[in-house]
Amino acid sequence: MSVIQTESLTKRYPRVTALDRLTVDIGPGVTGLVGANGAGKSTLIKILLGLAPASDGTATVLGRNAAHEGGAIREQVGYMPEHDCLPPDVSATEFVVHMARMSGLPRTSARERTADTLRHVGLYEERYRPMGGYSTGMKQRVKLAQALVHDPKLVLLDEPTNGLDPAGRDEMLGLIRRIHAEFGISVLVTSHLLGELERISDHVVVIDGGKLLRAQSIAGFTEATASLAVEVTDSDTHPDGTRALLDALAARGLTATAGTGHIVHIDAPEPAPAAGPGPEAAQEAVQDVVHDAVRDVVADLGLGLIRMEQRRHRIAEVFQDGREEVRS
Amino acid sequence: MTAPPAPDARIHDIGYRRYEGERLGAMYARCSLFVHSLRGAYGLGRSARSKMLPIGLFVIMCAPAVVMVAVVMTTGRDELPIEYTAYGVFMQPIFGLYLALAAPQMVSLDLRYKTIPLYFSRPIERGDYVIAKFASLTASLFLFVGIPLLISYVGSLLAKLDFADQTTAFARGLVATAVFAVLHAAIGLLIASMTPRRGFGVAAIISVLTIPYFAVISLMVVADEQGSPDAVGWIGLFSPGSLLEGFQAKFLGGELEFPGDQMLTNAAGAAYVVVIAAIIALCYFLLTRRYRKAG
Repeated sequence: MSVIQTESLTKRYPRVTALDRLTVDIGPGVTGLVGANGAGKSTLIKILLGLAPASDGTATVLGRNAAHEGGAIREQVGYMPEHDCLPPDVSATEFVVHMARMSGLPRTSARERTADTLRHVGLYEERYRPMGGYSTGMKQRVKLAQALVHDPKLVLLDEPTNGLDPAGRDEMLGLIRRIHAEFGISVLVTSHLLGELERISDHVVVIDGGKLLRAQSIAGFTEATASLAVEVTDSDTHPDGTRALLDALAARGLTATAGTGHIVHIDAPEPAPAAGPGPEAAQEAVQDVVHDAVRDVVADLGLGLIRMEQRRHRIAEVFQDGREEVRS
Repeated sequence: MTAPPAPDARIHDIGYRRYEGERLGAMYARCSLFVHSLRGAYGLGRSARSKMLPIGLFVIMCAPAVVMVAVVMTTGRDELPIEYTAYGVFMQPIFGLYLALAAPQMVSLDLRYKTIPLYFSRPIERGDYVIAKFASLTASLFLFVGIPLLISYVGSLLAKLDFADQTTAFARGLVATAVFAVLHAAIGLLIASMTPRRGFGVAAIISVLTIPYFAVISLMVVADEQGSPDAVGWIGLFSPGSLLEGFQAKFLGGELEFPGDQMLTNAAGAAYVVVIAAIIALCYFLLTRRYRKAG
């Protein structure tokens, strides 16, 4: 079942085309929406909430048409805007209770849900103080809480890590992951930082200039290009350990390249067609073969094996490739 | 050696709880916004600093009523020094200050702190927001004038003034107050919704309330002295304060304090009603149009 579906969705403003025939199908889970500033992310969110009409095409959220059933969609969807949206002289509790009631929760439920939600996002004693004195991290938590307080089926988070320091960023990303893993709420999260989405998303949708560049699962993005990084020591018999390892691996028919220092990168070979029942099993079988080969070769050469780790290509690289493909 | 913790001696994380209860929809949300804004207009649910001015003004607003009651009780007069219908106009400066404070509090802050998108990402529509805020400001202004009236009424009854007289006068006073509140809410809200800056809103509302009023009064004096007392009533159409003064005098039996002390003609009276209604309708229309884009 898809959570968000768009069909050649187009949004034209007098001077720019913000969305250009965008067709995506987003399922449950955490989905990262990646794009540079002005790529059309915020426009897409506005249309999904039924707040702006599309120039062309259709958008469906939770099975409802965004153009006609905006009210019904907004009852089941939470939205965390990118910008500041908190009045400074109100306490977090007071504010989130108000927002819960604006979503239709009766007074007592609104109070209970507010207390629950603020605890889940990690706001404790400070929730009774006016929000003007909050740090950016605390403000982001309140913004997230108001999007979750009415127990939506889907939350749209616009740049939730904006302005946070690295520790705050990590905590926010952990929270977002929990929204799906523990709360069972689907998430659409936008960012222009690819590295963070890679860590928390099940799927990534990349848009640029209002056009769809790629829509793929994270596994698809990274595993296809997985390689193995091996770091070895030198020994008396082999003063240049890396060189020896490279040669020995080449002799076994594995493609390997020298990295920085004593590191060797080994590309995973194409899985044999008959290797296993499914692509994942085939991938694993291949990895086992490579791991065994490295172990044997290093043992034969008498080198010290410092570490051996699966290295995934960053989405950033894939994204860059994607851009070039489209541009060229 | 420490004893192992008792199995039930720790706080359990009960985890995420789903909300299975009812969702009350747009009408309920509108009411919630109404109540929230009304509380906000008196600083309730906000910081102590935000409470100070509205509550202070409200106390000042009530003071004459209390004094009036005290005077009537001690001197044994048989009527209140200020009529119910005229109370709002009499306290115009305080009322104007309160409006200039409450209207920006109600809408400019939502614009300034960009809270509006949070409202519109919920079931209510843009029109609902305008209705709720308008109703809320009207109610807060009505209470601002209505409660001193109530104090006077209760006090006058305690002082054993004539019950029937006082009750009719009080009822008329409430009608005048209602019209007073709706008209001022419409004007104040429209001005406040134009700017996210609270200071601008305050200044603009005070100007719109006072400058035309004093201009109108000066023109009236001139017209009266130049021997065209009929024109005095018509000039009164051009400021909110004089409009309401004329309205209450003509239709609710209040006193007219215009220069020349001549009662409005019937035609002028009708024009007063039409202009008041037109201003309210126009402001409301412009507000709706303003919020089609805002946020």
